[in-house]
Formats: sequence, C-alpha cells, structure tokens
Amino acid sequence: MYNLVLKKFESHKKMRILVAIKRVQDYNVKVRPKSDGSDVDIDGIKMGINPFDENALEEALRLREKELATEITVVSIGDSKNEDVLRHGLAMGANRAILIESEEYLQPLGVAKVLKGLVEKEKPDLILLGKLALDSDAGQTGQMLAGLLNYPQGTFVSKIEINNNKLIVTREIDGGTNILEMNVPAVLTADLRLNEPRFVKLPNLMMARKKTIEKVKASELASDTSTNIELLEVSVPPSRKAGIKVSSAKELLQKLKDNEGIKL
Amino acid sequence: MFKVISAAKSWDGEIDLLIMGKNTADVAQNAAKIKDLSSIIRLDGNHLEHLLAEDAAKIVEMLSDSYQVILAAHSWFSRNFLPRVAAILNVSLITDVLKIENNNVYTRSIYAGNVHAKIHSKDPIQLLTIHTSLFDACAKDGGGAKVIKKDSPAPMNLTSWKSEKINKSDRPALIDAKIVISGGRSLGSEENFDKVLSPLVDEVGAALGATRAAVDAGYAPNEIQVGQTGVVVAPELYMAVGVSGANQHVYGMKDSRVVVAINNDPDATIFQFADYGLVADLFDAIPEINKLIKE
Repeated sequence: MYNLVLKKFESHKKMRILVAIKRVQDYNVKVRPKSDGSDVDIDGIKMGINPFDENALEEALRLREKELATEITVVSIGDSKNEDVLRHGLAMGANRAILIESEEYLQPLGVAKVLKGLVEKEKPDLILLGKLALDSDAGQTGQMLAGLLNYPQGTFVSKIEINNNKLIVTREIDGGTNILEMNVPAVLTADLRLNEPRFVKLPNLMMARKKTIEKVKASELASDTSTNIELLEVSVPPSRKAGIKVSSAKELLQKLKDNEGIKL
Repeated sequence: MFKVISAAKSWDGEIDLLIMGKNTADVAQNAAKIKDLSSIIRLDGNHLEHLLAEDAAKIVEMLSDSYQVILAAHSWFSRNFLPRVAAILNVSLITDVLKIENNNVYTRSIYAGNVHAKIHSKDPIQLLTIHTSLFDACAKDGGGAKVIKKDSPAPMNLTSWKSEKINKSDRPALIDAKIVISGGRSLGSEENFDKVLSPLVDEVGAALGATRAAVDAGYAPNEIQVGQTGVVVAPELYMAVGVSGANQHVYGMKDSRVVVAINNDPDATIFQFADYGLVADLFDAIPEINKLIKE
C-alpha cells in the first residue's frame, strides 16, 4: 500500500521552469530613428516586459498552481535597467530572478548562446520564452536555443497540457494549428492566445523590490556572443499618404472604379 | 515559392529548390517546370509527411555545405525551423526581408514597422526569410530542372506529431486574396461582425480580416487577425471597417495597393493611411455599399 502511494507521487514529475524575458518598448510607443540614422532612439520611452514573454511567465505560474511545477526562474539579459522587468516577474510570482549582465545589445544567436550556458548550469526541465520580441521582431531565440541544446521545440504555442510527464502543445501553423507531443527538457515559445497574464498587485511589487536578483556575467556563460551582422542605418519607412475623403458610399464606389480600375 | 525564387535571383549562381515530404515525386516533377531552377532536391520519408522542425533543420543542415544562400518565404513554416538551422550552422537568420541589395545588404522592418533597418551580413551562409508581397513572382514554366532524390536522415524523434486542424473556408485565404475586408472593435459583437461584414465579403469574393482588438474582444477568430501579431497582407484593395488604425494593425496592411477606411470618427488614425476615407456609421455604410454593388 505504501509503495503504491509512493509510486503515485513519482509518476508526477514536478518541473523546474526557466522563463526568459526581454525588456522592450511599450507596444503603443512609436519608436523613431536617431537624427543621424545610426540606431533607434529609445531614450526616455516607456519600457516594459515583452508581451509574449509575459504570456510565457503566466503559463509557468499556472503550471505551478496546478502543482506541475515547483520552481520558476525568470532571466533577462542586459544592463541594470533590466532589473525592472525581473522585479515585475518576481511580483507576478516567479521564485527567482537572474540578470545576465551584458554591456552589448545581443542578437538572437548571441542570446541563445548565453541562455544555453545558463540552461547547462541550472538544468531546468522546461524553458519558456515569448514567440517574438516587439523591438527586433526576429522571433528566433527559442528555436535557436532548442537547436543549440538539441532539445525538442514547440513554437507559437497557444495551449500546453501535460500528460504522463509529456508536454502536449497546440501551436500555430500556416492556415491552422497542430498538436505536438514531446518529453522534457524542451523549449516552448508562447503566443498571445496562450493565456491572459495576471495583473501585478502593488503589495507584490513592493515585496519584489526587496528580493535579491542573482547576477551572472554573459561572458561566463558563453565565450563568443558576436554575430556577423552589422547595422548600417535605420530610417523611417515611406509611409502611406492620406488620400481623400469621400462623402458617400456611392462616391466611394465611383472613385474606386474611375481612379483605381477596381469595380466591385 | 515563385516570389522566393525571384528573390534568389538577386545573387549570381544556380538556384535549387528543396522539397521535403512524403511521396514528393509528382510535386517535384511539376516544380521542375519552373523557370530559373537548376535542380529540384527532393527528400521522401514517412516521418516527413507532417514535417517537424527538428527533422527539417537536420535536412537543411545536411545540405548546407553546397549552398551560400538559403531562402524561404516568411511563414509559420519557415519561422519554426530556420532559426534552429541558423543556430546549428552558427550563422544569423535574417527574417522578413523587404529588400535585397548587392553584397548581402538587406532591409527589414523593426519596431512594428515604424523603423526600417539596413543591415550587412558577413556570414558564410546567408539565411533569409522573404517578405513575399514585395517581390515579383518568377515565371512558372519554361524551365527544365533536373530532379535529384536524396536519402533523408533518420527521424530525430524529439517531438511527435499528433494531429492538425486546418481552418476550412469557402473564402480565399487572407494571404492570397485580391480584396480583404477587415473589421475592428466598432462592430460591437461576434454576431454583428458576421452579419454586417459577411454579405459584402461574399458578394465581392473577398477574404475577411479582423484587428487584434476585435479578436481580443472575441468577435473574430485569431486566424483572421491582420497585423504584427497576425497575418501580413498586401491585396489590391483593403477595406478597413470600424478600424481605429493602431500601429500593429497598420503594419499588417500598409503594403496594400488601395486602402479604403470607413469609420464614424473623422479623427481615426486609419484615415492617415487610407486612399479613400468615408466618415460614416459602418452599420449604414456597409449594407449600402453591398446594395449599390448588387444594383
């Protein structure tokens, strides 16, 4: 009898989850280039946690609430400014926060190499990230990390279930969705549809301020984080120009026909 | 595919097409007619029927020695596995390329399309996904590529495919539609979204789209979301109905040839991007347009 009970406990492996979060511009902010076109001007604009990363963290917290996860660690890469998103992560409910200190803005490949170093050190069962970051719009870090680690990957995930210690994920494909099954350790990237992230309560935010943020240097985790990509210039794309106002549905259809050759 | 092949012509050299799947012989035969191709490389396998990122990455890695440039259309398919390939090959992947210039200089958009970045890559293998709506299609026939069958590597067995759900619709796919009609949150409900927009959409043979706000409000399924977090479209005619014109939506439709906006708020941002703006209550205007077309 006693044995049976023990066995039941064992069959439910609780995961340690690592959630990578990025500090990006608020999604309502319109970012502009610097006047010399050398880079974007993000001085003084509103910054926060990348929305997709917030979905990733929310899902980790829900897995812990279902007693499928034990420890949730949030990690971010950059200078000390990134402590604000890590504290946001702690306030949402993460157990630990790690800042990987880097002076440079790393490209996805560099980020993936640094995270690989951290995964080898921390050995999480599941790594969750957002499917893309609002600044670079690259959407690559999770897949790159999975490739470097030779882990299974589930990208653009809108649903995560766990059955017999296997992950069952629903994910976006062209024209629909598919369902994949995989063992841990694995890398998953979150879609906005995965969940609705919780609001952070003020007392939690106050408590998160007192928590320690662990620090490690990017160079200790990966020896080479450089890439062969050089930014030449940034510019404002040619915008559509506002056209004319029409006064009625009839005039609209007439103009489409006469000016654009579109007959509806 | 035809647009990616024409993008590949930005470099000198032979262009091969890779086809992975189950029973690819017929597809490969047909593809051999496409102009400008030297070879069709085809790999068959039962495990390639529902292609997994781990297997696709393994195959491209295996073939990568022979190529300097690897391109695909920017799609959920390529976005899933090409970053994995890039990491394995220790090169960068440049996604959603808008423009290709000489010497591996590219333009891509960042910050939700508010900024364009021009970048230079010195990687030994150039790995790209292409913003296809900005490239012309190559000729679909007149070619005579040779078909080469290669053995596929053993399954990686890291993930297993369970099932898939393709959203079926009699309407054209958003990405290929000549006309796209999108609704915003002003439609007010799921019922209105369908009742007001569907008759016009079907009358003109358009695809139906929605803004993120309308999707978030539950008026429309996410599959039809147009924007940075959804699908990017560039039809002949884009009609934005009750759409405010948020950054992330404009990102998904600004390459359309003609844009029409219908909104009862004369100050709505969307009018700044519209060739023709109609300040009107959409609940009156849309049925009226439909009626006029029928006449």
